Amino acid sequence: MKIDWTKYILSFFITLAIFLGAILLSNYFSNKKLSQLQNIQDKIATDILSSEVENSLLEEESCTDVTNSVLSGELGSLADKITYSENNIGSSDELTSLKKNYSLLQIKDYLLTKKIAERCKLKFAFILYFYTTADDCTECVKQGYSLTELRNKYPALRVYSFDYDLDLSAIRALISVYKVPKELPALVINGKVYSGFKSVEDIEKIAPALKDTLPKEEKKAAAKITPTVSPSEQPVADTTEPKI
Amino acid sequence: MVTVPNAIFYVFTFLSIFIQVFLIVTFFDKRKQIVIRKEDITLKKYPKVSIIVPCYNEEKTAYKTIRSLLNLNYPQDKLEIILVDDGSTDGTWNVLERFKNYSNIQMFRKENGGKHTAMNLGLERATAEFVGGLDADSFVHPEALKRIMTYFVDQKVMAVAPAVVVHQPKNVLQKAQKAEYDFGVFMKKMQGFLGGIYVTPGPFSIFRKSVFENLGPYKKAHNTEDQEIALRMQKHHYTIEHCPDAYVYTTSPDTIAKLYRQRVRWIYGFLKNAADYRELFFNKKYGNIGFFALPAGVISILTVIYVFTSLLYTIVTMVIDKIAQVNAVGFSSLLHIHAFDWFFINTAAINLIAVLLSLALLFSLLLGRKMVEGKMRPTMGIAYFFVLSATLAPMWLCKAVYRAIFAKQTNWALERAN
Repeated sequence: MKIDWTKYILSFFITLAIFLGAILLSNYFSNKKLSQLQNIQDKIATDILSSEVENSLLEEESCTDVTNSVLSGELGSLADKITYSENNIGSSDELTSLKKNYSLLQIKDYLLTKKIAERCKLKFAFILYFYTTADDCTECVKQGYSLTELRNKYPALRVYSFDYDLDLSAIRALISVYKVPKELPALVINGKVYSGFKSVEDIEKIAPALKDTLPKEEKKAAAKITPTVSPSEQPVADTTEPKI
Repeated sequence: MVTVPNAIFYVFTFLSIFIQVFLIVTFFDKRKQIVIRKEDITLKKYPKVSIIVPCYNEEKTAYKTIRSLLNLNYPQDKLEIILVDDGSTDGTWNVLERFKNYSNIQMFRKENGGKHTAMNLGLERATAEFVGGLDADSFVHPEALKRIMTYFVDQKVMAVAPAVVVHQPKNVLQKAQKAEYDFGVFMKKMQGFLGGIYVTPGPFSIFRKSVFENLGPYKKAHNTEDQEIALRMQKHHYTIEHCPDAYVYTTSPDTIAKLYRQRVRWIYGFLKNAADYRELFFNKKYGNIGFFALPAGVISILTVIYVFTSLLYTIVTMVIDKIAQVNAVGFSSLLHIHAFDWFFINTAAINLIAVLLSLALLFSLLLGRKMVEGKMRPTMGIAYFFVLSATLAPMWLCKAVYRAIFAKQTNWALERAN
């Protein structure tokens, strides 16, 4: 029986072309996505810089304009996209560098927003969230969902999430300042560290002031929660909020 | 990111796309040789043909099967019909007796021994130069035999397989099988061009009688005697052709349980017979059957099982994630609808390749439909076929592979009884 080798070779090259085409197309999309991330990050950096400059200019004089300025509203959406890229595009140097930049921007945003909030008596609440992607941390996945839910409920709440294992000195500094333990997930709420999963209700109990950040009519609905802290919700480390 | 499961996936999908590309390349190479006749034809010579109808508990369909043979547009004195009741326990024999007055019909009744024994009894009694079988749950198009006989003008052709199609598909399962059988017509024709046919289907494959005289009668062959005889012929370099316009209508299983049993038997039989004839694999002496057709069969089985396992893993991971979400924040969180953002469309190479493989498969399915129905328009049956392939097919494939490895027999009689 004659074997038509030409057909085998032709089919092989067509298949190879299809395969390489798919891989090239996929790379093209991945690069597009990474450059989109870069653009968002650039925009956030500009926003923060602008807020910083604005803050320095206005100093104690006026707070009216500050509330209207865009305080890095895109940080949340950037976080989702970075997490998605990590899971689906895979880690690359480019992505790690984006993630480091993102972490730095978060810290800057945290410091600045805190400063503005204090100076202008604005009701902002802050949570620093430490997670890990290194191990199979199911509690971290749950914590992520609970924080997303909380952020939807309290728009004035600012959640800053940090990859515990990211090799970045600023994160190491945060970890040492707040004495964040290795047991993750860990949250820093009002300067106190809590380790292990905390549900929406747990966090509302820990930080009853959260509902003060809501507009009046919504505050009533949230008032049902008793502002008591159970023993399990006691902070694992009692640290003082650093002077900024 | 290339992990081990991803690497296996790439290998399987590469080979699967190669198979589809190879078939499509063959199609474009040989498409002018595909003959689909709509009109009646006249043969110069009408050789005598014996058709054996093995019956086992087929009182419901046997009458229609025999009627379709009598309605063949072929001189009745050149057609010998041999009815063999393989120890039916229902009223099959009574149905057969209704035909006892036909001069060209012979009837035999024997103890149950399996389809191959019924076929062999028929072969012993057959007097014609050409012989074939017709399962008692199938019936033939009036022109089918004439169309098949045109292929025997070539003296090298030793057997011709027909185009088996599903008769009046009613439910979703049968419609999916209709698409699959149409695809099978395309596959079989391409295999015919490549000299790689490894099944001469029970319904209406016609052989030169010398095949059995030279190679011996049917064997039990793991309850898939129609696969074994084709492989035996291939081993002896006998040419098997495929006639895409000789339509044979078969009654397809109408329940999942029946379909499951039938498919486990087929796949199990394929694997066991392929193992019995393993010397054909990648042996230059046997050409495309060893380099393409048989390996393609094995790869398709493994790919479906692998893709299904990956899919299952993805679904389980997703469910675990959703459970974590519900545990963390309750059911209401599942109802949040996020605004569409192209960023979150998974454009990983692995997914694009899976899409391309499905498209290549879809193209072959449409070519099959074109060959049977004369039009390429997609049908719901094709959609059902994809669903069936991704959900139920892996079940019977896994079962058949398991049985083949641990050498458990499939029960043909049980399948027929149900």
